[in-house]
Amino acid sequence: MTQNRPWTPYLLILPSVAFLALLFIVPLVQTLWLAVSSDGSPSLDNMQRMVADINFTNSLRNTFLLTLAVVPVQIAIALAMGTMVSKVGTGRETILWIWTIPLGISDLAAGLVWLSILQNTGYFNTILFSLGLIERQTGWLSYQTPVALFFAIAVAEIWRGTAIVMVIIVAGLNQVPKEFKEAAEIFGAGPWTRFRKITLPLIRPALQSALILRTVLAFEVFAVVYALGGRNFPVLVGEAYNWQNQNQNYGVAAAYAVLIMIISLSATLIYLKALKVDPERLP
Amino acid sequence: MANIVIDRVRKSFGAFQALKEVSLTINDGEFVSLLGPSGCGKTTLLRIIAGLETASRGDIRIGDKSVIGLAPKDRGLAMVFQNYAVFPHMTVYENVAFGLRRQKADETRVKAQVAKAAGLLHIEQYLDRYPNKLSGGQRQRVAVARALAVEPKVLLMDEPLSNLDALLRLEMRTELKTVLQSAGTTTIYVTHDQTEAMGLSDRIAVMHGGIVEQVGSPVDVYNHPATRFVGGFIGNPPMNFIKVPVSNGKVVVGADHLPVPREAGAEVVLGLRGEAVELSSLPQGLEMKVRVAEPMGSHLLLTGSIHDQPVRVILPASETVKNGDTIGLKLDSQRITWLSPESGKSYSAEMA
Ligand SMILES: Nc1ncnc2c1ncn2[C@@H]1O[C@H](COP(=O)(O)OP(=O)(O)OP(=O)(O)O)[C@@H](O)[C@H]1O
Ligand SMILES: [Mg+2]
Repeated sequence: MTQNRPWTPYLLILPSVAFLALLFIVPLVQTLWLAVSSDGSPSLDNMQRMVADINFTNSLRNTFLLTLAVVPVQIAIALAMGTMVSKVGTGRETILWIWTIPLGISDLAAGLVWLSILQNTGYFNTILFSLGLIERQTGWLSYQTPVALFFAIAVAEIWRGTAIVMVIIVAGLNQVPKEFKEAAEIFGAGPWTRFRKITLPLIRPALQSALILRTVLAFEVFAVVYALGGRNFPVLVGEAYNWQNQNQNYGVAAAYAVLIMIISLSATLIYLKALKVDPERLP
Repeated sequence: MANIVIDRVRKSFGAFQALKEVSLTINDGEFVSLLGPSGCGKTTLLRIIAGLETASRGDIRIGDKSVIGLAPKDRGLAMVFQNYAVFPHMTVYENVAFGLRRQKADETRVKAQVAKAAGLLHIEQYLDRYPNKLSGGQRQRVAVARALAVEPKVLLMDEPLSNLDALLRLEMRTELKTVLQSAGTTTIYVTHDQTEAMGLSDRIAVMHGGIVEQVGSPVDVYNHPATRFVGGFIGNPPMNFIKVPVSNGKVVVGADHLPVPREAGAEVVLGLRGEAVELSSLPQGLEMKVRVAEPMGSHLLLTGSIHDQPVRVILPASETVKNGDTIGLKLDSQRITWLSPESGKSYSAEMA
């Protein structure tokens, strides 16, 4: 059938390709052009302005620090959660359901939840006060307490974004037949060795997906940061937003967008190379 | 000392009783086969001994120490899994070396042991490969090599040769037997294949429906089956069972009057191995109607009926019997097993 009409498959995927091209590639090309042009001719003005801005280094550093702090913790917590839930018989579905609740909350809402906990009149201070640990309201989210602010944002991000990692890792763990762990157990491997030598290598594909997804999303962090720290904690997407809306300078905003994209793509490439999945070595 | 005592072990999965009450003792250095049809609980029993499954009741002792509650790695045994469980992300070499590495063996010992096990199972040329590139039979041999490499005191094997071709299987089982015997390894060997069990074992345990029906030497189990099931399961063709009337404590077989055990009632089941007969004439012999005569080269296989009950017997290849003949058979009275028609058990086993 398809031999006679070789264009049929192309015809069938045409709508999706056209749709993507229209809504993704066109804006992408426009953004790229916007970033590397000035008054309609090629120029590095926008790039130079971005780099020269006082918030540039800060936002770059903050974004990287946040990613470095959040992603490994999320992977570790998700692995622990996934391993624990795989030992549970009844109630497993309920536990998974509760753990994935943060998935259903938008990141701005998540930021607001943590704001209500951590602001001056928030729950955190109330509890500390009633325990007698502080004598008056303490600010955690101001520019005077950068470390506390960083921790607050990291905790909120971990709370919000770990569920998706866990979902991917649980799916990966379900793919590992239990006989491999049993064989390892027979031949003298304790729980830690089994995890390191059997489970971890066998969930490599899931781990790779989770890492790529979470890292890319971590470089795009914005709403949680904005809700908790405002402009006290500049990040890359926040700067793009400010140049676009406050300064009405679309060129510099585009330069930020392109920078974020380059970072994300590089991270993805690094993961794909570093965690190379050899189909030959999968069950 | 690594004897294994299985003491009144039961195992239920929900309402289903996989093992009903299994007791079995395996002496130090002994080779015992578990033989039985699919689903009779062989793997379940092995997994309980290994510690991968907990018994609902009963005790397991290895080397006279109860191992209930002990983790599999602390039981000092190795196992070949029915589905191999060869690690897909490790080379064949690393698979075979896995147990040795866990014991922190030094590199020279690892090398030597892997080479020895790989040589025995003819997998030297695959050592650098990943298991996914191997055939089922090759993977199975990797699983056996992994277990042999640690030189365990106790070795549990769940159908370890099931995927090999007949020739290789024959060779492997002879070599396995030699190696395990010289190492004095206490071995439990699960198999479907009765010739394998007969050829390898010091003793055979025949399982059926979650119980052990009989334990004994291959010759004993073959010649003196404790139950109708055992007689029918072991031997090719299976044992013949002919229900015959008893009068005055005797059964009339052609011209002979054979005494039956005192416990027998009005009828008794005569258990007869197909080859425990000779051609004789009528009416001296027992009358058999031959439906099909198949010359097999080494012998002549006859299918037909005695007293209207289906039987299969074996005669020397030199005899000439044709389809549809009626012949007389002389039975070797020493090799007859008398069984109760009600319980299906042999009278000698019932007394014991
Ligand atoms: N985890 C389990 N849950 C429920 N039932 C089980 C479980 N494991 C085994 N069974 C049942 O217990 C019975 C015995 O299973 P087992 O695997 O021991 O059989 P087997 O003798 O090894 O068969 P085979 O020769 O086909 O491997 C089977 O009826 C099986 O369905
Ligand atoms: Mg089995």
